Amino acid sequence: MRRLALTVALLAACVALWAWLASLDSVDDLTLASPREVAQAFDDDWSLLWENAWVTLQEVLLGLAIAVVAGVAFAVGMHLSRTLRDAAYPLLVGSQAIPIVVLAPIFVLAFDYGIGPKLAIVALICFFPITVNVLDGLRAVDAEQLKLMRSFGASRLRTLRAVELPAALPSFFSGLRVAATVSVIGAVFGEWAGSDAGLGRLVLLGNNQLQTPRVYAGIVLLTLMAVALFALASLAERLVCPWNRKDAPT
Amino acid sequence: MKSEAPAREPHAAAGIDVTLTGVARRYRGRRGAELTAVEELDLTVGAVEVVGVVGPSGCGKSTLLELIAGLQEPDAGAIAVGPASSGAERLAACALMPQRDLLLPWRDALGNAALALEAQGIRSAAARERAEPLFERFGLAEFERSRPAELSGGMRQRVAFIRTLLPDRPVLLLDEPFAALDAITRAEMQQWLADALASEPRTVVLVTHDVEEALFLCDRVAVLSPRPGRVVTQLDVPLPRPRDRRAAIVDPELARLRARALAALDASGERRP
Repeated sequence: MRRLALTVALLAACVALWAWLASLDSVDDLTLASPREVAQAFDDDWSLLWENAWVTLQEVLLGLAIAVVAGVAFAVGMHLSRTLRDAAYPLLVGSQAIPIVVLAPIFVLAFDYGIGPKLAIVALICFFPITVNVLDGLRAVDAEQLKLMRSFGASRLRTLRAVELPAALPSFFSGLRVAATVSVIGAVFGEWAGSDAGLGRLVLLGNNQLQTPRVYAGIVLLTLMAVALFALASLAERLVCPWNRKDAPT
Repeated sequence: MKSEAPAREPHAAAGIDVTLTGVARRYRGRRGAELTAVEELDLTVGAVEVVGVVGPSGCGKSTLLELIAGLQEPDAGAIAVGPASSGAERLAACALMPQRDLLLPWRDALGNAALALEAQGIRSAAARERAEPLFERFGLAEFERSRPAELSGGMRQRVAFIRTLLPDRPVLLLDEPFAALDAITRAEMQQWLADALASEPRTVVLVTHDVEEALFLCDRVAVLSPRPGRVVTQLDVPLPRPRDRRAAIVDPELARLRARALAALDASGERRP
């Protein structure tokens, strides 16, 4: 409760600073909209903002889902096969060095203007944190624990199901939290490369049309979306892994 | 729920023996140097006999258990668990209880105890049903649903022991089961284990660094030398089991054996364990 109050107080201070900066004569109104103007934009353009937010949210959620399925499958594959891990891990790390921004236009060429390129970019950007975290979680299982399972006569797959996968759940959620925050960025890149709807496109368009308050409103919505996804991932972790709570009795 | 208690395999009570002959086990160390964990090791454990293995730290005690259990193969010598000599066959005859309880934090106590059965492909519900009566018998009634974090150290070891017992393997290999407990809990658990082994007779190899614990719980105690570990002396404990801790502490025979065991440890290693 105290932490929440502190966060709210800091946020209020930032908004106040923002309002003060926007009120200065030396700051161009086209560069910085005041909080009041942004609130007004929310009021005026509510349906427009909401429709576009819904498009972006769909891109983000579907892209995340693809990244989760592919990332977990890939991590398990690399965990089970040393050969696959040795071959694929350097490539996986290397794939992160490719600037996603430059890939976006290529994806648009390949998949057209629809949701396809956005999903590809969101999934690509979210795939890495999920894969790496799940793999780390799987590999962090106590060697003694695995020896014990072997002494029980457990098969490789049963050990994976009963011990390693549950043990990797907290790591999976760490990856998911990171992925959730970057997924929104991915969707915006995807929309900038070419789209006819979405918050990213709305922000880009608003910028060109000098509708600064609407741009800020879009940014606020994108931020809220990322924060909400992060919070959802944290909540899911608390529900799914109650044993891993930091405040749990030891 | 079935009305009858789940059938328990009869072979466990009949018991089988364990024989190690001239066993050696070498490792490749971190810097490429060869480490010999155990060498020329001979040890025989009779059916339903409880044998303690004591020795200084690093004398290959844990290696010895993993060798018997079939988790490792010896570089020389032979190991037989009853009629079984191959690693896979030994694995099927032995149940290992590790030093740490290694309970899974996301499973409740009953689920943890059932793990060894589930590992063999028994369905979770059936495995839990078989574990349940042992909770009652071993003083854990009403803690079936508790998670490991909610249990005391002694209770966790008891859950781990039930997990070891449930697959009905004829040989139990206990690796310093109480080393992580505080002194008072350890004393309670030693008495508890003495009684538990009386009600569930098995062939037992108990590895410990605690001479008193070994003498209190075992029919015979083998003293190992420092690495490479080999048996330097064996002491028979001519008192019927299960023993009573309070009586055992003041028993003159046990005190004499304790002095002999400690002397053997000192002589073999030039240092106390």
